[in-house]
Amino acid sequence: MTETTPKAKTMSEEMVAKALTEQFKDKITDLQTKTRRVFFNVDRSVFLDLIKKMKDEMEFEHCSSVSGVDMKTNFQVVYHMSSYANKIVVQITVDVPKDVPEIDSITPLYGGANWHERETYDMFGIKFIGHPRLERLLLPVDYTFFPLRKDFEVGRRI
Amino acid sequence: MDLKNAPQAIAMTAKEFQEWSSNFVVETLRTPPIKPAIDRLTAPIWAWGQRNAIYPLHFGIACCALEMAAASACRWDAERLGMIYRSSPRQSDVLLVNGWISAKLRPTLRRLYEQMPEPKWVVAMGECAISGGPWYDGYNVVQGLDTIIPVDIYIPGCPPRPEAMIDGFMKLNRKITLEQKGTFLD
Repeated sequence: MTETTPKAKTMSEEMVAKALTEQFKDKITDLQTKTRRVFFNVDRSVFLDLIKKMKDEMEFEHCSSVSGVDMKTNFQVVYHMSSYANKIVVQITVDVPKDVPEIDSITPLYGGANWHERETYDMFGIKFIGHPRLERLLLPVDYTFFPLRKDFEVGRRI
Repeated sequence: MDLKNAPQAIAMTAKEFQEWSSNFVVETLRTPPIKPAIDRLTAPIWAWGQRNAIYPLHFGIACCALEMAAASACRWDAERLGMIYRSSPRQSDVLLVNGWISAKLRPTLRRLYEQMPEPKWVVAMGECAISGGPWYDGYNVVQGLDTIIPVDIYIPGCPPRPEAMIDGFMKLNRKITLEQKGTFLD
């Protein structure tokens, strides 16, 4: 019988926060840490580099969810990246302007983000650049509106 | 033997004669004074057969499908009333729609209805299938099953209890008895 010992924590929340702020400095704002949680906002230009770093160097091996928020002045895309090794979930928010709702896709890195990103596109119309198949997921393909946007008028469509 | 009225009967093989005579019988039975009379006499028999073996399509959409499952399980045992779920629309009599109909489902549901052989009935079970229910005015939910296909029985409830569902099917039995849709030689 082999004894199963719990794997030691490789990075603490503070270490994650420090490693990211060292490289991306002022691109990261609103940084907060709590037990097993790190929250921050990152600029759209360095977002893909940050995700690459988190995947390759910091053992964040799972993209738990991708969701959108309509803040009226701009959109936000919220990513929850989790790490079994570090026992941390990082919440990354990225601001996306309303006139150019585009952001780099992380599907080439995390296959699990594929449908999350498609759903976000479906509901908010945020385009994920580099996504292999950015189409309607839940709604019919011939719909022309994005129902979770704030400027969407509630009412019968069908 | 005078064969003036059937000249072709003179030069017929046995097989041809068999075919001709059976056609003669069927055609005679289908002519107006005879067919309505037969239909009238046999309609209660067809209705009796239809209402006692009413096969709904096994097509669960939403939470009402759980009530459908409960109704067919041992506590309510809807099978004793002839409700046996079939997995193919080509073998079903009743389209039991139990849940919201999203815009993506709409063409599929219409197609399932078209695939069912006549005579067929449609039961809308639960608020979503009746009017959209909690998704009233929703952007992606069809506002009632009757906007796409004709509905015979509505079973209200959110979801209806299995007793309500069985009661709805008993109402449908009554309707089948009164409608007498079945016809002879069709």
